[in-house]
Amino acid sequence: MSETYFTRDHEWIRVEDGIGTVGITDYAQHALGDIVFVELPAPGDSLSRGGQAAVVESVKAASDVFAPVSGAVTAVNQDIVDTPGLVNHAPEGDGWFFSLRLADAGDLAGLLDRAAYDAFVKELE
Amino acid sequence: MSAGPIELATTPLDSLHRQLGARMVPFAGYSMPVQYPDGVLAEHRHTRAAAGLFDVSHMGQVILRGADRVGALESLVPGDIRGLPVGRIRYTLFTNGEGGILDDLMVTNAGDHLFLVVNAACKEADIAHLRSALGDAVRPLPDRALLALQGPLAAQVLARLAPEAAEMAFMSWRRLEVAGIVCWASRSGYTGEDGFEISVPADLAERLARRLLDEPEVKPIGLGARDTLRLEAGLCLYGADIDTATTPVEAGLAWTIGKHRRAEGGFPGAAGILRQLAEGPPRRRVGLRPDDRAPARAHTVITLADGRPVGEVTSGGFGPTVDGPVAMGYVEAAHAAPGTALLLVVRGQPRPARVVDLPFVPHRYRKA
Repeated sequence: MSETYFTRDHEWIRVEDGIGTVGITDYAQHALGDIVFVELPAPGDSLSRGGQAAVVESVKAASDVFAPVSGAVTAVNQDIVDTPGLVNHAPEGDGWFFSLRLADAGDLAGLLDRAAYDAFVKELE
Repeated sequence: MSAGPIELATTPLDSLHRQLGARMVPFAGYSMPVQYPDGVLAEHRHTRAAAGLFDVSHMGQVILRGADRVGALESLVPGDIRGLPVGRIRYTLFTNGEGGILDDLMVTNAGDHLFLVVNAACKEADIAHLRSALGDAVRPLPDRALLALQGPLAAQVLARLAPEAAEMAFMSWRRLEVAGIVCWASRSGYTGEDGFEISVPADLAERLARRLLDEPEVKPIGLGARDTLRLEAGLCLYGADIDTATTPVEAGLAWTIGKHRRAEGGFPGAAGILRQLAEGPPRRRVGLRPDDRAPARAHTVITLADGRPVGEVTSGGFGPTVDGPVAMGYVEAAHAAPGTALLLVVRGQPRPARVVDLPFVPHRYRKA
């Protein structure tokens, strides 16, 4: 059974069996506009919670994607490097960024569940 | 005065933009549409394939009257205004005493007056500057809007509403009745495509815009795509690619300096500009194509292979028609030849790039 969590920086992380898959939310892709370039970490990279993990660039600007939790990268989504528009079309599906093995499941306690994230986004609009 | 948020000006098309679902952003003191729901990429591609309608009403429109208007304007710009025939437009520059660029502008010889279009962010300063030379002969036109209709189908669309548009030459200007509205139309633009800029009384602007948007080839295009289109066309953005710290020669705009102006001078900064013209400038504006897909934005440092900085990117991003990153910047003249390999330092990482000829996408202006 997987569980999805969110950050106030508009990343999501879906966790199953100690592996988290990370991407950016629909709100984030919409705010960024057409995404034209993605830079991902390398498998094996060690990421720390809140640290820079990836870069996403829209036509107008570059933005950082932060690691929602600490851990070691297990896989990256080459498809979004080849076709950055996937992040716009399927931000919580085929547009995922990378997976990592959680260093400390306790990191998840600081994240939002979907209802809390939706409420947070609503405040922004 | 209250200490509230900065009040943004709006164009006569403000409510139309909102109705069309535009994302509005502050730009040069105006609330302007950066994109519509289709998004920057689709808007860019639509303009290259069909026809895009841009609201550029934030730009300054100014009329110069007075018997000495031509001589007075020539005292401020290096362009050949004396030789500009009635009904023709010229791109020129306001220069300062050091040879820097105060603004770039379009000048039309409208017969009994000159008609100028200047940048929004510079218009107050430009008007004051013009008044220093022309006094009361300077008449700003705040009650006119400006629309740009750009793209390979722009002429076909406009000719449907105003048949005379079809025959207009590139960089020509005329009064044109479009769907019953008397406009001033020029065959020019800022996208590298064929097209028109249409000056219209503010109170008729929305009617004209809606009429043009009714045509099946036309979609509204925001400032986001305007920027990617002009970048691919290798056209300068004032405040980014040209400013008071760059000269016309460094910027590759020496072609705007008229023949008699080269011989006679008589414009601000003439001594330095003409010396650079003769001896060559210390640096040049160039096109840059990164080898990989990472966009290099403005202020990206340009270095040689050994890490020595030789310049800086002034405009850069993703070129939708090129389908890759494109940039313009200044590099030391010795490293400005097309084909030169350079490095662009993006997020601390040197990335290989190559100097290329501008434009990135060939211009498709109407041939004479």
